[in-house]
Amino acid sequence: MNWYVFLEGLISVLLIAGGAFAFIGSLGMAHLRDFYMRLHGPTKATTLGIGCMLSASMIYFGVTKGEPVMQEMLITLFLFITAPVSAHLLAKTGLHLKLKYADKTRGCPDEIHTEDVGEKPVLHPDKGH
Amino acid sequence: MLDTALWISLALILMALMLNVYRMTVGPSMPDRLLALDTMYVNSIALIVLMGLWLNSKTYFEAALLIAMLGFISTVAVCKYLLRGDIIE
Repeated sequence: MNWYVFLEGLISVLLIAGGAFAFIGSLGMAHLRDFYMRLHGPTKATTLGIGCMLSASMIYFGVTKGEPVMQEMLITLFLFITAPVSAHLLAKTGLHLKLKYADKTRGCPDEIHTEDVGEKPVLHPDKGH
Repeated sequence: MLDTALWISLALILMALMLNVYRMTVGPSMPDRLLALDTMYVNSIALIVLMGLWLNSKTYFEAALLIAMLGFISTVAVCKYLLRGDIIE
């Protein structure tokens, strides 16, 4: 009896945490000023939120039905593998299209290009020339 | 306790979906809209998981798996189109 109350509380906390993380990720995507800033919200917070929610579903169906929970494991594995890949491709697309960035964004991606192409040799600070 | 948690989580996910729709409508550039669409896929998977908990059935989780796979593939395809001007070179 007491064990089931504890499990219900755990499932409720995981559900509310998952919803809160997903909402915070989408709020960051809607509120921030820059594409490179907006990329942070969904790729980290929303992935954590969906992980919490799928863990809650895994515990619930594992306790009530007593079956192995295969679909949630597959969805969690697939989402955790594919979220960084799609984030990397979106960042590459933003850099390729040369989107404008706010002044607070660090890194200044357009300055990389002159050294990458190799028009002139990059001075090494330790050699003294 | 579980019913209250389900309702609170449902409200949060719906607000997240509304924010995604806002960003996809307003978004100033193409990668912004693409990012909003990718987040909408993830939030709809969360909505399907909530529906499975509400109906006490595991029938719809294959649909969630399909949404995860096709969402990733479509995001990669549109990214490749924006990067290269072609999908399969």
